[in-house]
Amino acid sequence: MKRKKITVAVTGLNAIDNPGSGVSVIRSLRESELFECRIVGLAYELLEPGIYMKEIVDCAYQVPYPSAGTEALFQRIEQICEEEKLDVIIPNFDAELYSYIKLERRLDNLGVKVVLPTVQQFEERHKYNLSDFGKRSGILVPESVVCNSIGDFKDCPADKPIVVKGKFYDAFVVTGREQFEYHFSKIATKWGVPVIVQQFVDGAEFNVAGLGDGNGNLLAAVPMSKRFITDKGKAWAGVTVGDRRLVELAELFVKQTNWRGAFELELIKSKDGRFFLIEVNPRIPAWIYLTTAAGQNIPEAVVRMALGENPCAFESYEVGKMFVRYSWDMIVEQDEFAKFSMEGRT
Amino acid sequence: MKIRIKSDIALSKTGFVFNPQTGESFSLNPMGSEIFCLLRDGFSTEEVVKIITDRFDVSAHSFSTDLDDFVAMLRRYELTDEA
Amino acid sequence: MIKPINATMPGKSGTDAYISPMLDIDGVSVHSLAERFGTPLFVVSEKQLRRNIRMAKRAFSTRLPKVVFAWSYKTNYLDAVCRAFHQEGSWAEVVSGFEYDKALSNGVPGDHIVFNGPSKNREDLEKALKNSSLIHIDNLDELYMLVELAGELQCRPQVAVRVNLNAGTLPVWDRFGFNLENGQALDAVSKIMSFGCMDLRGLHCHIGTFILSSKAYGIAAQKLADFACDIRRLFGVAVEYIDMGGGFASKNTLKASYLVGADICPSMDDYAEEIADAFHKAPFGKGEFPALLLETGRALVDDAGFLIASVLTNKRSAQGGRYTVMDAGVNLLFTSFWYNHKISPAQLYSQHFENTTLYGPLCMNIDVVREQVSLPLLNKGDLLVVHNVGAYNMTQWMQFITLRPNIVMIEENGGTKLIREAEKFDDVTRLERL
Repeated sequence: MKRKKITVAVTGLNAIDNPGSGVSVIRSLRESELFECRIVGLAYELLEPGIYMKEIVDCAYQVPYPSAGTEALFQRIEQICEEEKLDVIIPNFDAELYSYIKLERRLDNLGVKVVLPTVQQFEERHKYNLSDFGKRSGILVPESVVCNSIGDFKDCPADKPIVVKGKFYDAFVVTGREQFEYHFSKIATKWGVPVIVQQFVDGAEFNVAGLGDGNGNLLAAVPMSKRFITDKGKAWAGVTVGDRRLVELAELFVKQTNWRGAFELELIKSKDGRFFLIEVNPRIPAWIYLTTAAGQNIPEAVVRMALGENPCAFESYEVGKMFVRYSWDMIVEQDEFAKFSMEGRT
Repeated sequence: MKIRIKSDIALSKTGFVFNPQTGESFSLNPMGSEIFCLLRDGFSTEEVVKIITDRFDVSAHSFSTDLDDFVAMLRRYELTDEA
Repeated sequence: MIKPINATMPGKSGTDAYISPMLDIDGVSVHSLAERFGTPLFVVSEKQLRRNIRMAKRAFSTRLPKVVFAWSYKTNYLDAVCRAFHQEGSWAEVVSGFEYDKALSNGVPGDHIVFNGPSKNREDLEKALKNSSLIHIDNLDELYMLVELAGELQCRPQVAVRVNLNAGTLPVWDRFGFNLENGQALDAVSKIMSFGCMDLRGLHCHIGTFILSSKAYGIAAQKLADFACDIRRLFGVAVEYIDMGGGFASKNTLKASYLVGADICPSMDDYAEEIADAFHKAPFGKGEFPALLLETGRALVDDAGFLIASVLTNKRSAQGGRYTVMDAGVNLLFTSFWYNHKISPAQLYSQHFENTTLYGPLCMNIDVVREQVSLPLLNKGDLLVVHNVGAYNMTQWMQFITLRPNIVMIEENGGTKLIREAEKFDDVTRLERL
């Protein structure tokens, strides 16, 4: 079958030890049997490895941070559109999603499509709204307190661990008031308030990567058990698992929220075998290439949704497929670095 | 005043500066590149002021302030050889 | 200009600026304003503030039968600003005897003045009673004083009860008024009913400031509406209005915020939708649907205010960082303690930016307007425009070290008028005695 030629822009090219999803998304798209993609990388920083990976990215452009405002981002995308006929953008950086959601209509006017949740869905799944969400949806969620200042969390247990989480990133397991206050200040300085304090659930970590069609239907879901976790809490190895309950949770989540687009559920299986939802990431996770290898190419399905096709739901995935992440020292010519840093594009 | 720019500092056409001793890189705007070249070619700061104010519509006073700042930054980034 | 190329990974780092210069305000050149009126100079756009109140009125009055806006004097009590709002139909919301007098002098009828706040003295209350103003009771001492005055002056105070409640936002503002959840508010209402000497006209709450969640207003509105229905059931009195206070966010960026304020600030429609929805769901009796009163200040005036300042000098810090000093500091920009104000150069510039600490002119270490802001190269005398300064700065400013500057208004027709003259030496010193 002849593959359809399209141009897809992808962010999150920071394939480092705490990786963005961009490179895995692109690898999945490269394997598509439906599309022949020209890939445009969008990078915030000069050393995001994806910029220099020629077999991954056809061309890369620097874009302004979300903290510069949506207007700045939109202007830059308009500029890029003068050179590239972008069909789809897949944003992969948590902090930028809000801006892309806000820009959805204006991007559409440029002929650029995105597949993202609504502002309401995006807000509801925020860490600081998760307990309410859990109550309404019947999904088990650890107890949590949303704090705008250290004083908002008064009863810090002296001996039981708790989790302190930032609004966008970072989570620390701490014990006792002193540690709590230290990490609270650290997170508040970096990501602002609110800071979320959560009951610590001890157990094995499972993630589910999924895709919702926006009408309450689950199109894809692949559960993974983390087999090795780095000091940053990221999976360095993982394996697809067959526990039906994980897929059912994803179904329930999508049904409750009418979620549109990709998502990742982070779950902990407590000692007594119950799954607690600890976080919902409103985007494709960094380990997405595993889902592709297991038979569900979620990035390709996202592109199909973006282009207005109605992909049907994946029916199965291969259980026991494993990924082991590795790092690789790539040689970059100084000219390439100089060009990207001076001109903001490769 | 003579400012000696280290001889092994590379400047590209686009204004990318690389210091091979430290591995650091810098960016120069077009005016910065021009001044950098003049200094490297051995012109004194006084001569640079003359050349630039002759060529552009800028007061000697205002340009000198900027040049002093520029030179201070070159020193700070260890791009000059101090006698 | 030379700048090190530092490479990190995506995170919360500074942004390369993609800002555009601000050459004019409502078509009037920033440079001509500075030449004519000097710097620093506050500029108020009449067009913008009228646009804001019209939009707000439309958002609420298309959803609710009766809506009244009361202009929050403390946000900006320049007469020219207040009068523009009054012309647009706004009542006055005041929190001191001084503000009360200002409202009267601006021609606001006494019964269109809402008197709020925790500190109303006897003299203030007498004045308000004589003018039949709406008095929003903050505490029991005030309530008892009103009972006393009602007897002395032989009048019926027109009152509302200020209620505080938990709308899910933090911190809970429980210092003003009577708490709903623990029964204080109901207790205050029963006292009013049993004294029988005043008319309970309304209920009032004000959940906080710069509330970015429109949902919180829905919760608060629902709680107040339920409370109104309870009062109707228990005492047979249907309040005429529910005052949801203010606290709507403006387009400013709070220091703790990662995203730009203009991107995350809810629209008037968002706030209106939540409040209207709660009102419509409440079981008000037939013909007893209350009016909505709003006292929003910041959201109506912040983006109508600008401050023009001149660059005094540029410096290098001991570590090589760039410092820029301008002639307006925290004495005029009280809000720079909690906002990262947007700053635009008022002239064309080269596309090379550098992270800069922006200082005011005071010989005080705290005088920092922006800890870090990406700005192009600036020369002495260049002009900068500080955005979104219409709320609180022209009231909370300080006469400290220097005198306070001119304020001009750019009128709807494009004309420029001086609405507050710069202070002179005598204005400050004539009050002193040796």
